Amino acid sequence: MGAESNGAVIRIERVSKVYRTGDITVHALRALSLSVRHGEFVAIMGPSGSGKSTLMNIIGCLDRPTKGQYFLEGVDVSTMGRAALADTRNKRVGFVFQSFNLVPRTSAVENVELPLLYAGVGAAERLRRAKAALAEVGLSDREKNMPSQLSGGQQQRVALARSLVNNPSIILADEPTGALDTRTSVEVMDIFQRLNRDRKLTVIVVTHEPDVARYAERIIHVRDGRISSDEPVLERSIASEVLRTLPVISPERDEEE
Amino acid sequence: MNFWAVFKVAARALARNKMRSLLTTLGIIIGVSAVIALVSIGQGAQFMVQNQINSFGSNLLFVMPNNQVQGGANVATGGGNSLTVEDVQAMANELPGIAGASPMVNATTQGVYGNQNWLLRIQGTNEKFTRIRSWPTKQGSFFTDADVLSAARVIVLGKTVADKLFPGEDPVGKTMRVGKLQFKVIGVLAGKGSTFGNDQDDIAVVPYSTVQKKLQQRTILAIGQAMVSATSERGAALAETQIAELLRQRHRIPEGETDDFRIQNMSDVAAASGQILRIMTLLLASIAGISLMVGGIGIMNIMLVSVTERTREIGIRMAVGARPSYIRLQFLTESVVLSLTGGIAGMLIGGSAAAVFAWYFEWPSLVSTLAVAIAFSFSTAIGVFFGYYPAHKAARLDPIEALRYE
Repeated sequence: MGAESNGAVIRIERVSKVYRTGDITVHALRALSLSVRHGEFVAIMGPSGSGKSTLMNIIGCLDRPTKGQYFLEGVDVSTMGRAALADTRNKRVGFVFQSFNLVPRTSAVENVELPLLYAGVGAAERLRRAKAALAEVGLSDREKNMPSQLSGGQQQRVALARSLVNNPSIILADEPTGALDTRTSVEVMDIFQRLNRDRKLTVIVVTHEPDVARYAERIIHVRDGRISSDEPVLERSIASEVLRTLPVISPERDEEE
Repeated sequence: MNFWAVFKVAARALARNKMRSLLTTLGIIIGVSAVIALVSIGQGAQFMVQNQINSFGSNLLFVMPNNQVQGGANVATGGGNSLTVEDVQAMANELPGIAGASPMVNATTQGVYGNQNWLLRIQGTNEKFTRIRSWPTKQGSFFTDADVLSAARVIVLGKTVADKLFPGEDPVGKTMRVGKLQFKVIGVLAGKGSTFGNDQDDIAVVPYSTVQKKLQQRTILAIGQAMVSATSERGAALAETQIAELLRQRHRIPEGETDDFRIQNMSDVAAASGQILRIMTLLLASIAGISLMVGGIGIMNIMLVSVTERTREIGIRMAVGARPSYIRLQFLTESVVLSLTGGIAGMLIGGSAAAVFAWYFEWPSLVSTLAVAIAFSFSTAIGVFFGYYPAHKAARLDPIEALRYE
């Protein structure tokens, strides 16, 4: 495919999404086209009702477009059935949500193992890779903890570990800092930047906070189901530098949250 | 996706709600244990009845006059008086396949000794009784043909009667009152035991002639029943035809006319009582089966609650790559684990209950492998049947909706 030779991980071509509820027809996306290269860090912004959630669901293979085509790593996923979409999500997409979405009463390491479980990876290999992913987000000492025993920042780092454990093509984060305080938010963005820089992971962050969007290298604004602007970030924030300017908080505070 | 992983996920999900899982399982436990216990008890009872009938001897035949009451027309030729003592004697003397034959004349009257009294169930018979019934005396002796001829007032007591009327005494040689007459106790029969409250030892045996002449004071010397033993079990069928031929000849029944007597062998009796017990067992088992059904509905209910509660978890699992079919399999596994655990526990409880019953009634413990197999496959089937709808509901969830669910 030509898309791959261009280095495009995501190629969306004239995608429309129409919701019909009774007599009301909502055009969530109107012939939207978008391309994201491998290793890019993109922020998607837009007011509520702009269609950015729909766009995110389609990019994340949770939903299918009504019209148009979506190529993920050159593979047309716009016509796939539910099972094939599930497999695609498993192999190519890592999700990070605003509300963390860890399986309750299940330890951190088991939460991280989940995608591998559905990928059919053996138990020993699962554990090894889940531990490695937790180490990557700095949570090696919290493997056995339940989500309820972790702070918000720690839970989001577990979710991050889970998103990258199966070596996805893209990490899709939906308001990843929405439920976190300032310092923890920056810490999480730091991990995103580090993964993007060191492992060349493609990261797409959906947010409505301009501060958060500036950690990306490219910001796409969505409005009325169309892309209203698509610009590179001129003065990009570097999370590790921002962290240095923030007052240091004792680790105990982190636990109490 | 290997099955062990599915099983572990299901087991963990159930362990998270221990109390709920236990209560849900309880429905199946009760159903399965009821099925196992009732079927086993039923089969034990059947076995015992069979045993008891066999203890009579399967070479035993009963001959009865045929009470032809259809319109009352046949009463003159047949009626209740067609079988006579002479018929019985003819059987014993003329038929080679017969080891012994005895008339049976029953009566019930009060027996008194000292200040003890007991309602006697008297069986009038002849001196062949011990041989026909293979039932020896343990004290004293049985009456002889001379006693039968003279209609002697002698009596042989069953063990229960002896214990009741002669507590701590040797009854042999004592004189007791039977109805209005004095009888001499000449022997006590060996104990046979009791089954289902039917005490075989609650019996008193006297010569049939004594019952007819002294106790009933009857003029017509017809008998109600005759007891015949064939020389062997295999000869019972042959003996039956021989008896029929002899009686037709003696009663001058022309070709084509129906018999004025009936012959019943013990295997007929066994078959009839076995049939009744089988129906009883089936009835009880189907009631227990209904409770198993109710247990299944309980599982379905709790699985539906569980699916709703864990909507978000299902969304997460789908988002990270669980196929709908996997979600279905997981919930199905949960319900099967519930029902199968209940099935195994129920099997143990039902089996123990059956064993306790068997021990108490002193019959062999018969936890039938069939009942176990049925309960096992039934509880699995219930898990699948009642678990399918909730599991399907879970699999059909839209991941976007499920992730948004609060």
